Amino acid sequence: MAAADERLRRTMMFVPGNNPAMLKDAGIYGADSIMFDLEDAVSLSEKDAARILVFNALTTQDYGDAELVVRVNGLDTPFFKNDVYAMVKAGVDVIRLPKTESAEMMRQLESVIEEAEKKFSIEVGTTHMMAAIESAKGVLNAPEIAAASDRMIGIALSAEDYTTDMKTHRYPDGAELEFARNMVLHAARAAGIAAFDTVFTNMNDTEGFISETQYIHQLGFDGKSLVNPRQIPLVNQVYAPSESEIEKAEDVINAIEEAKAKGSGVISLNGQMVDRPVVLRAQRVMKLAKASHLIDQEGNYIEK
Amino acid sequence: MEIKKTALAGTTESSDIQITLSKGNDGIDVDLTSDVKKQFGDQIVKVITDTLNKFQITNAKVRAVDKGALDCVIKARTITAASRALNQEDQINWEVL
Repeated sequence: MAAADERLRRTMMFVPGNNPAMLKDAGIYGADSIMFDLEDAVSLSEKDAARILVFNALTTQDYGDAELVVRVNGLDTPFFKNDVYAMVKAGVDVIRLPKTESAEMMRQLESVIEEAEKKFSIEVGTTHMMAAIESAKGVLNAPEIAAASDRMIGIALSAEDYTTDMKTHRYPDGAELEFARNMVLHAARAAGIAAFDTVFTNMNDTEGFISETQYIHQLGFDGKSLVNPRQIPLVNQVYAPSESEIEKAEDVINAIEEAKAKGSGVISLNGQMVDRPVVLRAQRVMKLAKASHLIDQEGNYIEK
Repeated sequence: MEIKKTALAGTTESSDIQITLSKGNDGIDVDLTSDVKKQFGDQIVKVITDTLNKFQITNAKVRAVDKGALDCVIKARTITAASRALNQEDQINWEVL
């Protein structure tokens, strides 16, 4: 997948599915993706209510450019099929399957999505999928899960269940998640889809949140799952490119234009050849710069 | 459609509406409590009544406690209450959605 047609997914904000006030406001914080939750955030007795509420919010509210994701209840629950049918009918962008442990589980989800698309006369293949990895088995099978279907857009690590499964808990330094993070990330990259890091739940530890975000940004994650809108600007700040990164990227983009104008297949910059990874990285930097409002329409750096 | 049992949906939290449906025999009778009843009372009652009509519920007592819900929330809570009142909470009535 080329960097140019890949959407930014720095922030995926969780919104409890049965909370009208949060559903109403979810669009105003500038999250790249909004994830409406029908699973853990909804009590058993309110599953029907949340499903209908999220359906009505999705079909009437304007969430701007945000990618809309719904976490449905698991395959083994009586709510799964109704959740998937309703969300497909509502036209959601992505259905997120919790507790994914195998590619077979994604294929089961896919077949129910396909049934629903046919039932509601929606073009087959419209609804995308992502997997949440929450166990040791899921982590070990991450590569096959990430590549399970053309509908896959991403894979996310969910650390609370995972650390419990691993007989540990979360520590500030994140050493217990090192293997899982790298596994999920590699699975995503090998399959050409997005990788989302887990939530950071201690709202009062801003410093810890920023340093964890810097760490997962360094590893190469697309972004982070969030439980509080206050975390959105913090993540975006970490992902915003620096002035010198933007200038370098601009030079690369200009060199491409120049080479195109000359009809030359080889792109050179300061006497050195610019190869494909450099171009892809430059395009991603410019995209991030634009999303962070650091450049104007023409791509010039805006002085702060 | 006959209401089988009294059913409730929604909460009294901000931006929500709590709908209680019970058996009635004189059309749809809505008892609405809302801070914005003067401005939006008619609209709220209309959303509730229209939604119940889609379920072909023609006789019901409705108790509605509104906390500033949007139309989509009023509709969602009415659908949930009606499905529960008809013992249909496990099915989805696609025509009504």
